[in-house]
Amino acid sequence: MTDTLDFTIAGARNALRAKTISARELTEAHLAAIEALEPSLNAFITVTPETALAAADAADGALARGEGGPLAGIPLAIKDLFCTNGIRTTAGSRILEPFVPPYESTVTRQLLRDGAVFLGKANLDEFAMGSSTTTSAFGPTINPWQRQGSNTQLVPGGSSGGSAAAVASGMALGSTGTDTGGSIRQPASFCGIVGMKPTYGRCSRFGVVAFASSLDQPGPFARTVEDAAILLGSMAGHDPRDSTSMDWPVPDYAAACRRGVKGLRIGVPREYHADGMPAEIERLWQQGLDWLRDAGAEIVDVSLPHTKYGLATYYIVAPAECSSNLARYDGVRFGLRVPAQDLTDLYEETRAAGFGAEVRRRILIGTYVLSAGYYDAYYLKAQKVRALILKDFTDVFGQVDALLTPTAPSAAFGVGENMDDPVKMYLNDVFTVPASIAGVPGISVPAGLDGDGLPLGLQVIGKHFDEETVFAVGQALESAAGFSAKPQIRVGSLR
Amino acid sequence: MASAAPLDDAVVRRIARLARIRLGDEEVSRLRGELGAILGWIEQLNEVDVSGVDPLASVGQATLAMRADVVTDGDQTEAVLANAPARAGTFYTVPKVVE
Repeated sequence: MTDTLDFTIAGARNALRAKTISARELTEAHLAAIEALEPSLNAFITVTPETALAAADAADGALARGEGGPLAGIPLAIKDLFCTNGIRTTAGSRILEPFVPPYESTVTRQLLRDGAVFLGKANLDEFAMGSSTTTSAFGPTINPWQRQGSNTQLVPGGSSGGSAAAVASGMALGSTGTDTGGSIRQPASFCGIVGMKPTYGRCSRFGVVAFASSLDQPGPFARTVEDAAILLGSMAGHDPRDSTSMDWPVPDYAAACRRGVKGLRIGVPREYHADGMPAEIERLWQQGLDWLRDAGAEIVDVSLPHTKYGLATYYIVAPAECSSNLARYDGVRFGLRVPAQDLTDLYEETRAAGFGAEVRRRILIGTYVLSAGYYDAYYLKAQKVRALILKDFTDVFGQVDALLTPTAPSAAFGVGENMDDPVKMYLNDVFTVPASIAGVPGISVPAGLDGDGLPLGLQVIGKHFDEETVFAVGQALESAAGFSAKPQIRVGSLR
Repeated sequence: MASAAPLDDAVVRRIARLARIRLGDEEVSRLRGELGAILGWIEQLNEVDVSGVDPLASVGQATLAMRADVVTDGDQTEAVLANAPARAGTFYTVPKVVE
């Protein structure tokens, strides 16, 4: 059973086609893993065994006929921000607790089209607002990794923490996430797996519960770079129902992983040498540059001068868009309703009861920066700084093919840490937010362990719509790092 | 950036009213501190010279496509109303708003 759960997606595809395992066996093994590990990890809000087994049987039928799409029989976890037809979709919020979508998001529809098996809906920070998966109304997700000699519960990162913990612990072969300021890359780093945020516009946002519409982008988690490439191949593509999705062909991302990095120019942005960054993260970053140099890449020092203003810009733009997007939760058409005598009371009581503390904070900040008298000073100013941050990236990508940086300024921290001060929590996203603001793609690849035995990721950032180079560099890092450490909480560990 | 007048309880209450979120008194004073700290931290953007820079609303590169002006979806009344917290026939219901 441990072998079954150690499959990569690429390996499972071969085994399914060679009939050495059936989709039903693969799905049953993962459902058993969920049953065993969920009490410790809380990575799922909703588990759907019946629909998973039905999908597995359908995949077995298709494979027996010599048919079956590229993901036939592959068990995945779906972040509970993607609307799934007939399956409750909560966004980690009380306000959507009763919501059962009557339609399917485009990304999940494409995964189903390709034969994927959905095991359930993964936990997340409420409305994807957070960096620790502790703001979920359904309780925190726990990181399957622990510090050596300690059983302190650590956060999996966020907001897609359930998706990352499920893949790291062996409860799913891959999963979907969404990334607005780092919500795929930072949890991938904290959980020792691969997470990819594509270019803004690469995947459709139709049916993804909206947080900040100019930043949100779906992407995959997996245990290898190639697996992430396979998943993105199914998730990406134009959708007439999302006017911001690009009508360009989807390349063969898995083939791009095998390109190598010979002759590529890799930039090292000097502004990412943050004050107070642990020495072991600096060392790992240097190690990553050496690996790429050894593989034939040229390393170039570059500057992204407005990096330090990324977070402040983000914490104006994202709350502004969130305050507008979340205005729809009014207790009238769907979701929670707190009964009241008049309509204003109904709105105010429903939204007070339905939104958690962090979501309320962001709605209020957004309302403030968009309100009369402050709009120019905050929102317009942030949009201008955003233009400068985009220009930083455009300028740098005239000189280099990709950038290498750490993914996060620390390894996973304890549940309850960084909770006293919202700004301290926001600083987790210092290395991931700039790429989100510019809309460029980024991947986090596990590259090593810190002194406590916790995983650390390195981030590769690429040009707009050049995910192929990002995958090629990610693969080179993965091959050189040979990362094979396993988290303490996984199925084999319970024997 | 208009160096923000320090947030007072009245401002917090006014924003909460605009956002249609009911706040208790204790919450107002806690949020005054939290929001004030976040807004104070954001003021670092004052250091950036943005003269002559056009605001950027989105980094999307897609151009809006034209399509035939025809009905492509509809007749989904039951699906649309399926999640209504309260309904009467094919209508949503809310507390009485006109006397």
